[in-house]
Amino acid sequence: MDTNTAILASMLIPALAAVGNMLLRDSENLRDGMTFVAALATFGCVMTILSNEGSGTTDPLVLFSVMPGLDLAFNVEPLGLLFAIVASGLWIVTHLYGVGYMRGNNEDHHARFFCFFSISIAATMGIAFSANMFTLFLFYEALTLATFPLVAHKGTPEARNGARTYLGILIGTSIGLQLVAIIWTWMIAGTLDFTKGGILQDHIAGPMVAVLLALYAFGIGKAALMPFHRWLPAAMVAPTPVSALLHAVAVVKAGVFTMLKVGIYIFGIDFLAETGASEWLMWLAAFSILAASVVAMTKDNLKARLAYSTVSQLSYITLGMALATSMGVLGGGMHIAMHAMGKITLFMCAGSIYVALHKTEISQLDGLGRIMPFTFGAFLIGALSIIGLPPLGGSWSKWLLVMGAADTGQMVMIAVLMISSLLNVAYLLPIVGRGFFLPNAEIAADAPRAEAGLLVWLPPVLTAAGCIALFFFAGQIEIFLSPLVAE
Amino acid sequence: MSTETVPHTAMTLVDHLPAIQVLLPFVMAPLVVVVGSRRLAWPLTFLASAAAFVVSILLLMQVIDGSIISYHMGGWAPPLGIEYRVDAANAFVLLLVTAMSTLVLLFARRSVEDEVSAKHHALFYTAFLLCLSGLLGVAITGDAFNIFVFLEISSLATYVLIAQGSERDKRALTASYDYLMMGTIGATFFVIGIGFLYMATGTLNLADIAGRIEDLGDNRTVRAGFAFIVVGIGLKVAMFPLHSWLPNAYTYAPSMVTAFLAATATKVAVYVLLRFVFSVFDPDFLFGTNTLAFIILPLAVVAMFSASFVAIFQSDLKRMLAYSSIAQIGYILLGIAFLSETGVTAAIVHLFNHGITKAALFMAVGAYVFSAKGTFYDTLQGMGRQMPLTSAAVVVGGLSLIGVPGTAGFISKWVLVEAALEKGWWPVALLIVLSSLLAVIYVWRVLEVLYMQPASESSTVREAPMSMVIPIWIGALACIYFGLDTDVTLTAARTAAQGLLAGSTGLH
Repeated sequence: MDTNTAILASMLIPALAAVGNMLLRDSENLRDGMTFVAALATFGCVMTILSNEGSGTTDPLVLFSVMPGLDLAFNVEPLGLLFAIVASGLWIVTHLYGVGYMRGNNEDHHARFFCFFSISIAATMGIAFSANMFTLFLFYEALTLATFPLVAHKGTPEARNGARTYLGILIGTSIGLQLVAIIWTWMIAGTLDFTKGGILQDHIAGPMVAVLLALYAFGIGKAALMPFHRWLPAAMVAPTPVSALLHAVAVVKAGVFTMLKVGIYIFGIDFLAETGASEWLMWLAAFSILAASVVAMTKDNLKARLAYSTVSQLSYITLGMALATSMGVLGGGMHIAMHAMGKITLFMCAGSIYVALHKTEISQLDGLGRIMPFTFGAFLIGALSIIGLPPLGGSWSKWLLVMGAADTGQMVMIAVLMISSLLNVAYLLPIVGRGFFLPNAEIAADAPRAEAGLLVWLPPVLTAAGCIALFFFAGQIEIFLSPLVAE
Repeated sequence: MSTETVPHTAMTLVDHLPAIQVLLPFVMAPLVVVVGSRRLAWPLTFLASAAAFVVSILLLMQVIDGSIISYHMGGWAPPLGIEYRVDAANAFVLLLVTAMSTLVLLFARRSVEDEVSAKHHALFYTAFLLCLSGLLGVAITGDAFNIFVFLEISSLATYVLIAQGSERDKRALTASYDYLMMGTIGATFFVIGIGFLYMATGTLNLADIAGRIEDLGDNRTVRAGFAFIVVGIGLKVAMFPLHSWLPNAYTYAPSMVTAFLAATATKVAVYVLLRFVFSVFDPDFLFGTNTLAFIILPLAVVAMFSASFVAIFQSDLKRMLAYSSIAQIGYILLGIAFLSETGVTAAIVHLFNHGITKAALFMAVGAYVFSAKGTFYDTLQGMGRQMPLTSAAVVVGGLSLIGVPGTAGFISKWVLVEAALEKGWWPVALLIVLSSLLAVIYVWRVLEVLYMQPASESSTVREAPMSMVIPIWIGALACIYFGLDTDVTLTAARTAAQGLLAGSTGLH
């Protein structure tokens, strides 16, 4: 299969899976099996692209022209390919988990759920392979709309309110700020194609660079940069598989991915470094990192704590871009993969606990580690990866970010990253500690294992293993991403 | 730009297309009365409209390259005779009007049977044909007084059509009466304005007026004429604050009438405004420029916000869409007020895009009236499940109204914001996007009602018949198509804008 066919297939297969879900709505096993095959096929397409192109950049595949010079076009470049690999690979695991979760938890409307789930993946693939900002924006909005029914899935008043906040902030920022930024870019540069080194030099100067960057940075609401982060905790009303794949991987990573794309291909890292336009963003990202971590510590609800942890971790990636050095960009790019693997593990563990024992609060978890050893074991590994301890993947991306900060002489940023690691320890490890070490009168010493079904506990164990594997593959990822910053 | 007006000697049918365009529905109207059959009324009307649609396509194909057709009615040369003049701008409007009337007629058969009493059907379709030919006449003619005549033909027919809603709700009568009052005042203003121009220039041919105004320079009579015309047409456009007739008229008219009027009537009025502001009065005509920048621009912005706000608090889908129309007309007027090529392009393209969007939405409203017997939000609860096809079309139309990328509404907004930035009017660009966020709120309220609130247990509402669903979906798919492929719309709009902005020279 040639690369262009594979790009289109990676979007069409999930889209067809969505249709299939509606057609097969009454035969559960066939339907879920079909989606699983679709997930495998999508991943296969992405891997085909990887074997064809490596870390090269292809010419845009123009589907059609919307306005002169404004095309719906796709291409492959390292960052997008990495994002596509992460999202499609984790879709396989999450789909299995989703089937286990939805059945184990007796949720309603499975067909609708998996239908919109597949559309979201299709939109994510579109984002990953966009060749220009216009195409990216189109799929960015499609992703927001496709995930709305997933967030509102339960149909309760809380779900509806959460979904309103979700939609309000994401659409509000994207139309109110990002669209203006895009049209402005189009006006001054005459193109929106992602071009290495950026398209804005010689077209804009002075403080306006920082203004434009602000329109992008806040307009990309999915990156959850404070103060536009409220949608992420609000989205936690969704069933856990949604939180796991979409709000730890696809949606939020689409946000920071867009942020990196804008930094690398619209502004150009060197241009940002020259003008110093991103310095304020660096400070804001640092603030986001620390503030969200502090808020996370105050949350007793497990998913809420993980949500704020995500807000904090996303700002690592924004920080990587804002540092405007090659190390920072590499660290940010790599963190997309590392954080995805770690955070999806944590979310799936949270869901596993909910399915098995219907516990949602951290204070209810005392002693549960002994009857749910797989879940809590996987949680420990995921947590350590987020904190950034070797031998887990998260340590490398954090290392690169620290190097990036050192490169620019931003000692404060190094301190921020270190303090953040400590805060991560403070809000993640007590969860595991409670599970394994605190006594619980309700659980007898010889209580049997209480894990939910295989499809619920196995996926987080697999992704936890992935966190370990990523530690050893980090070098390859760095080499893979290196064309992004090569001169 | 070819501006020759060759006297037609050896005429073929193709040369008569401009006359045929108007005459098709105009002649069919009395025919429908004479035949008087309830059963034949719809097919005859549809035939006339479809034929007019084909004619409009042929006309647009002839002028899309920027050329102009000048047709002398009855062989009388202008300025004595009436001239029909087709360029890209009005060919585009003709296409919109006939396309929408044909689409809405497809939908209308069952809807009219349901909403209008059987004994009125033949007359109803007659009025519809008259309204259609009036709108086409306004768009095609190059004679100021002729515009007035056709405007009155379409308006009088419109009052009748709106009043037909009284079968469903008696308030249609007062709504129609209201519109009759306001519409007549508007028409009077318009004809007074033309009187002033006639006084100053001694001609009624638009091209002639334009030429002579230039020679007159700054003239008080011309100024007064301009003011009367803008106010008179402003009423027809539903320009804020002259919009008060619109919400009731749209709410109480039969569904197909609302769909047709929303997609065409105000749009044709906008075209007349464009024609007068840019072709008759030169945009360089200083006084006119100030009017646009200082009066129309703020009014447009106020309309965008206030009408959107009001739309948010409605509890009737039809009325909500009516207020949304006022807001969307604000966008169109804003585009005009930029006085730039991009701005006028935005106005024309939005005129088209908003037309198809609103046609699809108001037809969907008609389907709800047909199946669910109401358009209030509490009647529509849970319709996403019970009328899935209609409701899904509302989702598409709603997204286009917001201007989500991939829909027609996005293209309009893109060009409009581009026009604002081009001028360097930052705050206006931000206001445009802010007001579209209000659209998010009023659209989302509807979608929540349709999809997230359960239908009552005893509800037995079924999906509307396919003869309604198919036209609705043609409209909805057009919203998507014109959001992705802008070759037709943007090209035509840009050519039209260039023609209009060439000012009076574009008329010679």
